[in-house]
Amino acid sequence: MKIPFEKLDKAFENRVRLQIMSVLMVNERYDFNSLKELLAITDGNLASHLKALEKEEYILVNKSFLGRKPNTSYSATDNGKKAFKLHLDALEQFIKQQKQQ
Amino acid sequence: MEDKELQTELASIRSMMERSSRFISLSGLSGILAGVYALVGAAVAAFIIYSNKPQISPDITANTPVNGLFYGRNYTFSLHGYDVLLMLIAAAVLTASVVTGIYLSIRKAKQKGQSVWNNSSRLLVYNAGIPLFTGGLMVIILLSQYHFNLVTPAMLIFYGLALVSASNFTFSDVKYLGLMDIALGLISACLPGYGLLFWSLGFGVLHIIYGSMMYLKYDR
Repeated sequence: MKIPFEKLDKAFENRVRLQIMSVLMVNERYDFNSLKELLAITDGNLASHLKALEKEEYILVNKSFLGRKPNTSYSATDNGKKAFKLHLDALEQFIKQQKQQ
Repeated sequence: MEDKELQTELASIRSMMERSSRFISLSGLSGILAGVYALVGAAVAAFIIYSNKPQISPDITANTPVNGLFYGRNYTFSLHGYDVLLMLIAAAVLTASVVTGIYLSIRKAKQKGQSVWNNSSRLLVYNAGIPLFTGGLMVIILLSQYHFNLVTPAMLIFYGLALVSASNFTFSDVKYLGLMDIALGLISACLPGYGLLFWSLGFGVLHIIYGSMMYLKYDR
């Protein structure tokens, strides 16, 4: 039986990116600091993964000001949501195949 | 991809989805204690009402149905002099419940190594706050207009609506408690004069039952 490896999204190979996407699937938007706290990772680490997802056009960056403080929040694009769902489907396929073996 | 790896992958997706969108540090214990406070408060209120002979207040005519909270439709009870006391009891119950709820949430969050004031708790407070604040104002208006019969129904209905609205941002079980409070509020609106009884049922008994269920389900 052929395992659909190619269906697994390379962008979600990294755990942090997968987690970021999970958060943005169930929240309309999420800000940088809350993400950092939730994922418990460093600024630089989070920023680089966000950049990668942004490059794939899976997420959108919204910059705004809360009073005088700059506030950066992120939301998932339709493309990103679709990619995430396909990735989940592929994971599901894996599990089904493993059960059959 | 390894089987184990797949499992942790899925577990991390699930946990992120839940933790980012739902406030799961609510403690069942705070529900139980809030119910106990409510019952104690209701008992004190009942004692005040029962131990004072009902009388007709000079500024309200005998036909005005400002009847009691326990006695039923045809019993006229003057709140003259006791209204402030009853409101103080209600405020004490509310304060004790809120303080307990916040304290136990902070404790539970600390045990789990999570923050209390985060994206999901902000959403929770905001979404529950709108119906709750509206209900609070409504109750003050009803009191000032001498619509005492509608105070308990309004409290139960608005509190129920607040819980239903909050349930999207915490354990979904909270929704059923909200629906039951709304139903109880509507029933109590049909049965004027039994306000204190329904109040004890809604804020006392239901809280204790649901708090215990939540405690057994999530806290142990």
